[in-house]
Amino acid sequence: MSLCCFHLTYRIAEPLEYHRSFLKENCRPDGRELSEFRTTTLNIGSISTADGSALVKIGNTTIICGIKAELANPTADAPGKGYIVPNVDLPPLCSSRFRPGPPGEQAQAASQFIADVIERCDQHVTTLCLCWVLYCDIMCLDYDGNILDACIIALLAALKNTQLPEVTVNKETCSPEVNLEKRQRLHIHKHPASASFCVFDDSILIVDPTAEEESLSTAHLTVVTDEEGRLCSVHKPGGSSLSREKLQDCINRATARQREIHKLIDKVLDSVKTAK
Amino acid sequence: MTSFSCDKHRFHREGGMMEVFPSSTVSLREFGCEQTLLSRPDGSASFVQGDTSVMAGVYGPAEVKISKEIYDRATLEVLVHPKVGLPGVRERSQEQCVRETCEASLLLSLHPRSSLTLVLQVLHDDGALLSCCLNAACMALMDAGLSMSCLFCGVTCAISADGEIITDPTAAQEKESRALMTFAIDSKERRVMMSSTKGSFSVHELQQCVAASQKASEKIFQFYRDSVRRRYSKNL
Repeated sequence: MSLCCFHLTYRIAEPLEYHRSFLKENCRPDGRELSEFRTTTLNIGSISTADGSALVKIGNTTIICGIKAELANPTADAPGKGYIVPNVDLPPLCSSRFRPGPPGEQAQAASQFIADVIERCDQHVTTLCLCWVLYCDIMCLDYDGNILDACIIALLAALKNTQLPEVTVNKETCSPEVNLEKRQRLHIHKHPASASFCVFDDSILIVDPTAEEESLSTAHLTVVTDEEGRLCSVHKPGGSSLSREKLQDCINRATARQREIHKLIDKVLDSVKTAK
Repeated sequence: MTSFSCDKHRFHREGGMMEVFPSSTVSLREFGCEQTLLSRPDGSASFVQGDTSVMAGVYGPAEVKISKEIYDRATLEVLVHPKVGLPGVRERSQEQCVRETCEASLLLSLHPRSSLTLVLQVLHDDGALLSCCLNAACMALMDAGLSMSCLFCGVTCAISADGEIITDPTAAQEKESRALMTFAIDSKERRVMMSSTKGSFSVHELQQCVAASQKASEKIFQFYRDSVRRRYSKNL
């Protein structure tokens, strides 16, 4: 009993030393290996009012993504294509570190990161001078580290789940007519999946950090790969420097993770199809 | 190489061309910098790369709001103001990159419960904006006299549609490229401190760009050294 209390107080009083003592034995406080991900679960189509939705849990981190499609005029720099507007929201519900009010730096930086990754991922069908705009709202319900990975999985699963209604242009009134009964899926060209890493004490690399590990680390790194082994993004917003060998290790681990995630998403989508 | 000096500040310009591997050359646009050009901030610098120009000002160590104070380190805040309009989501992500890079190189534990504010104003954007911001930030921090464990510099690489690697691209080259990468390289071991990429590329291309950035960073660090030497030398 007293030993258990000692561990708890040690964890609060000296969190860095507590984690270091585990890392010396090549494992982490929750029993994982240094390169092991937490259990990932995926649930799609949970929001019936949205055109597509997905709920992802990586350990305790819970992210939900809802997609709404609207018709709008295409942007000036890409006149033949539709566009995606992702928005990541980190409400005070998910963690005590976020205060109510306008989105903080972490939420905005996450939104920009996802916009950069998704930008060249798929195309939409356009009808004359109108195009589809997909508003993707990604909300975190429980923050336990590694939200970028979960956001990417949620967004991809929600996009694959999205069904856009068919649009025909009425020749007499020259206005679009939306047929909500007939729906078609989106064509997704690439399937990116990301793996996040954390650097401890400038030397030890761990995969899928929890919120506590993130706050104690000296650097974060997120690698996004697609199914062809190409990199979609290497996002390392500062922190201690990384050698080329460590970077290569991260890329290899990310490629393995991409295959796991791809299988998971396909399995879930198939199960929804067979259920229907 | 042109330069002129007066009492308060020194202006230093230089261009660079260098060989990396036999098949490609690493070329940087003409770059220049000016330090201590503003009177109110504790440190200020302006960095120019080709037509891209960014001005940086540093205030600190100063008093910090209790809600933001950290008991054993200084709190660094970075603000990026675009040339036109209000700062948006893109500026926030640039701020995160610059802030974490500076936090890794500054000795923040020398100023506990203090605040350091770094303000970056974009004067003109003609490509390689994030790396110009990083360079201006490093020069301003040096000008403010803040202790750093290493210097850092920013280098942008673009991969064109036919696979050619262009370092320090212009805005037109960036638009035509299929991938754009910005790295922050540290001065001690020439390793990658910060990486921000856009677009799709292979692992081999990433390694090539990192190598090209490391080579280009040598030129930039030599430029920092020359700038500061000229500034503090009595005979010019």
